[in-house]
Amino acid sequence: MRVPVEWLREYVAVPKDARGVDVAASLVQVGLEEEGVHGGQVTGPLVVGKVLTLDPEPQKNGKTINWCSVDVGAANGTGEPQGIVCGAHNFQVDELVVVVLPGAELPGGFAISARKTYGHVSAGMICAADELGLPDDGSGGIIRLADLLPSADVKPGDDAIPLLGLDRETVEINVTPDRGYCFSLRGVAREYAHATGAEFTDPALDLAARAPASNEAGYEVRLEDDAPLRGNQGCDRYVARIVRGIDLTAATPAWLATRLTEAGMRPISLAVDVTNYVMLALGQPLHAFDVQTLQGPIVVRRARQGEKLKTLDDVERALYPEDLLITDGGDKALAIAGVMGGEDSEVTASTTDVLIESAHFDATTVARSSRRHKLPSEAARRFERGVDPQAAPAAAQLAVDLLVQLGGGNVDQGVTDVGAPPTPEAIELDPTLPSRLVGVDYSTDDVVGVLREIGCEVDTSGDALSVVPPSWRPDLHTAPDLVEEVARIKGYDRIPSILPTPPGGRGLTHGQRVRRVVADALAAQGLSEVWTAPFVSDERHVALGYDAEQARARTVRIANPLSEQQPLMRISVLSTLVDTLRRNISRGVKDVAIFELGLVLAREGEQQHALTSPVGVHPAPEVLDAIRAAVPPQPRHLAILLSGETEHAGWWGAGRPADWSDAVALVRSVGTALALEVSVRADDAMPFHPGRCACFALPDGTLVGHAGELHPKVCQALGLPARVVGAEIDVDVLIHASDQAVVSRPIATYPLVQSDVALVVDQSVTAAEVEAVLRSGAGDLLEQIVLFDTYQGDQVEDGKKSLAYRLSFRALDRTLTTQEVNTLRDRAVAAAGSATGAVQRT
Amino acid sequence: MSGLNMQDDPVEVSALDPAAIDQAVQNALAAFAGAGSLDELKAARTAHQGDKSPLALANRGIGALPPTAKAEAGKRVGKARGQVGAAVKERQAQLEADRDRRILVEESVDVTMIPARRPLGRRHPVELMGQRMADLMVGMGWEIAEGPEVEAEWFNFDALNFDIDHPARQMQDTFYVEPADSGLVLRTQTSPVQARAMLERGVPLYIACVGRVYRTDELDATHMPAFHQLEGLAVDEGLTMAHLKGTLDRLASELFGDDITTRLRPSFFPFTEPSAEMDLRCFVCRGSNPQCRSCSGTGWIEWGGCGMVNRNVLSACGVDPDRYSGFAFGMGIDRALQFRTGQSDMRELIEGDVRFGAQFGMEI
Repeated sequence: MRVPVEWLREYVAVPKDARGVDVAASLVQVGLEEEGVHGGQVTGPLVVGKVLTLDPEPQKNGKTINWCSVDVGAANGTGEPQGIVCGAHNFQVDELVVVVLPGAELPGGFAISARKTYGHVSAGMICAADELGLPDDGSGGIIRLADLLPSADVKPGDDAIPLLGLDRETVEINVTPDRGYCFSLRGVAREYAHATGAEFTDPALDLAARAPASNEAGYEVRLEDDAPLRGNQGCDRYVARIVRGIDLTAATPAWLATRLTEAGMRPISLAVDVTNYVMLALGQPLHAFDVQTLQGPIVVRRARQGEKLKTLDDVERALYPEDLLITDGGDKALAIAGVMGGEDSEVTASTTDVLIESAHFDATTVARSSRRHKLPSEAARRFERGVDPQAAPAAAQLAVDLLVQLGGGNVDQGVTDVGAPPTPEAIELDPTLPSRLVGVDYSTDDVVGVLREIGCEVDTSGDALSVVPPSWRPDLHTAPDLVEEVARIKGYDRIPSILPTPPGGRGLTHGQRVRRVVADALAAQGLSEVWTAPFVSDERHVALGYDAEQARARTVRIANPLSEQQPLMRISVLSTLVDTLRRNISRGVKDVAIFELGLVLAREGEQQHALTSPVGVHPAPEVLDAIRAAVPPQPRHLAILLSGETEHAGWWGAGRPADWSDAVALVRSVGTALALEVSVRADDAMPFHPGRCACFALPDGTLVGHAGELHPKVCQALGLPARVVGAEIDVDVLIHASDQAVVSRPIATYPLVQSDVALVVDQSVTAAEVEAVLRSGAGDLLEQIVLFDTYQGDQVEDGKKSLAYRLSFRALDRTLTTQEVNTLRDRAVAAAGSATGAVQRT
Repeated sequence: MSGLNMQDDPVEVSALDPAAIDQAVQNALAAFAGAGSLDELKAARTAHQGDKSPLALANRGIGALPPTAKAEAGKRVGKARGQVGAAVKERQAQLEADRDRRILVEESVDVTMIPARRPLGRRHPVELMGQRMADLMVGMGWEIAEGPEVEAEWFNFDALNFDIDHPARQMQDTFYVEPADSGLVLRTQTSPVQARAMLERGVPLYIACVGRVYRTDELDATHMPAFHQLEGLAVDEGLTMAHLKGTLDRLASELFGDDITTRLRPSFFPFTEPSAEMDLRCFVCRGSNPQCRSCSGTGWIEWGGCGMVNRNVLSACGVDPDRYSGFAFGMGIDRALQFRTGQSDMRELIEGDVRFGAQFGMEI
């Protein structure tokens, strides 16, 4: 909402010297946040000057400047003519111009001082319109007052700031959705009075007093809402007045056009401008119908199936049964109530007789129609936030007054005022509640005083106060609403600062700590944490080698995605992390190691409908369960991507590119960091290379995730370099599995005895399988087993490979003998032999 | 090299000949002093202190002397041998020290050659900021609660007193989930966690939520479709706006400096009544510079919204609003990071350029 300060002054006594910033500062205190102050950027001496002498002086650079002496009256403190250098040539001696003197500041923070130029001391500037932030005056140079303001009676030295309207300021404020009444000068002026104590004159009071009562001669209006929404009549008050014989040539006067423009609305024609003016002044949206186009009575009713209306914005709209319509005789739709009028009954350049509609429409009805038709009109914005139902006659009266006064029209004696808006209900307020909620000691007198100040009727006869809010405050329903009024009018700055003392918390949860451990462990191993927006496409799923159908069955689709190309929520973190990898590479970072911890969708079964319910109601347990159950599972995943070198080359030696084993080792390190035994087996799962894909599981078989080299097709489809490696694991699984404390075992201190074995196995046998049987065969005295070498080539048969293990044994209670260790080793080898066909290499 | 020939040709020295003994000592001392390396010293030692050295032979000769001469000769030879022994020990220490010093010099490297074999990775600064804020809340005795990002409308709106027809529900730029009646949205705020926490944990309750939220904003320097919030909710008997302000002031001073406080301004949120916007004292000028670019000279910077929990929210979550009161607040973690670090382009926060995180350490 833009508030022209000059207009505000009509309703409230803003101090003479208060500037826009001061008004904004006052309004902030009562909750009207400043969005900006417009205009008023010229400060300091800007005066009328009369050119006394003008000497053109050609310069070496080819320009000719004018050395002028200008009479600025006593504005310069001396009364002597002011010497000024001017580059413009569109003026003569004796003409009146606008002069800015040293000490002034022009828009853009441009400070004026006397300065030496072209061999003279130029003490100021003769101004052009753009230099003052004014629109182009068509002069092609400096302002000549005789052309710009032919009728102005001015003399040298007069202040030019008000003359040019440069003192007009507009304060732009943000109006929160509960303060519909502040979408009017009337409402803002009232709030300014609350903030400052300045005297407020409610413009509606005088207008309402002058508005004649409804009579038989009024235009017939029937309110026939047969399907109220949420129990509220769509229209509970309709005031209609008619003004006839409006002069078609009558233009909107400058003062009104200026106020409209400053408030952010474009002047169109007198009748339209008057309705907008009244809306801005009083907050009551009006609609003007051309009386000549009306056949029958005005009937307000819900739309019928299949009904259509061409609205003022030239769009033919199919109407919905919930839309409330203004109709001609009940048949022809004229307007969507409170939202937008129709083209046929529009006021045009040939309209001489208008019917002014000043009605009160139901907030819900207007909100839904406005949303449904995507028509966020100025009227709708006000109605859906709540309009003062008692302002309707006053608003109609102001419109009538202006049309008569400015358009030369005659008002009909007939006055229509039908409907009966409900009166506000009394709110019970315990007078101690404000103190108890706000933490400031307010006396009952304080509370009553504030409530009366904002327009409430307060009955103090009972224990609790009985408070009837004013008609313009439909937002006040409950006792806490009134508490906020007390707190804000008394000032939020009175609230003390007291640290509460909670009963003592339990610290972070295990899961929260685990996530930190995982992220820290990866960062310590050279990976950078990133995060990505979780939006993907079917195409991305295909590129990653997922089945697009199955992927869609696991996720949900956004109805209004930012990009139609990315309407799905991700089912893996890798699917969005690849973009970050690619972005880094395209920016010249060759060696990239990144990870992200984030949520993914893991819906199983049909998508359920999550119930909604009215506000303030505690749903039944089974309803809550159903709501929770309808929210799809969203496990937290970890994804890793490595590209380029994981160990860099340099003076210390060669580098090493990241390969599949780095990805596997990183996932293993996450398990190790959580003291979890995570087993590895070969797998073939997208988006990984079928021969370089490791699958991780917990001892009980629970799937943890996958790691390995990305499938070459995936790299190709996503424009990634070859042999990118990565991983995707379910962190929630690890969190759940690591919730038990590790049971400490004693540390053996007797000497370690080692024995190496080389086993030849088929190539299809994995190291993990061999290691597992060696472990079980070697028994409890085995402390460690390390695969220290692998071999394929001449020394072993085709289709076989050799795996060399170092087995380390140690006992808790004695030094093991070589014989004992050899026996254990042989048992291990025998076990490997029978389980995997391994043969000891000799 | 003096005395080398003595090994081949042992010189008999009489223990009764003081001059000869003296000479042998002098020869030994000269040989030790002349030894330039530990090897040379070893040779000199063999010659002058070994079994066949003159003094050793003299010592051996003492036994054959008449008893009257024995004592004096023994004393003389013993003293000489002591002298020689001390000298060799001293020279040995000297030469060893020289050698050690030389080796350390030879082993010196250019420590300014900084290797970059495997640089450290980084946590994301926004995550670290969230962690820091969570830790502050935990330090005050609060707990950290969490919830899903695809959320039921009931939790995101209904439970929080956003009426289906209220304009506030339309102001959130919400991502809706298909189909139209799914009842699901991407949470627009961390506030649904308030409702979840009240239902699951009951009261009294002091919880904070650190999490990612979504709005339909195109990515630019000041907007992200996904960003991070810290949400706080306290429900207990006797809580007031003063407790809200106390909590906010503590957060502000811990995050931005001792004298940084907050200011409350009247505002509106469906889930709180009374409601307030909270401003942070400008941490650049502290309200002292009308030309300050951080706060546009106002001395205050917008930080988030807060208020006393609306009775409808307590009721919806099964909490008795006549017995309990509560306060809630929410603020941007991304913005807090920007305040703390001077970072100004939000795109850098989400783009994942590894150079962005690399500017910071592992503690924000």
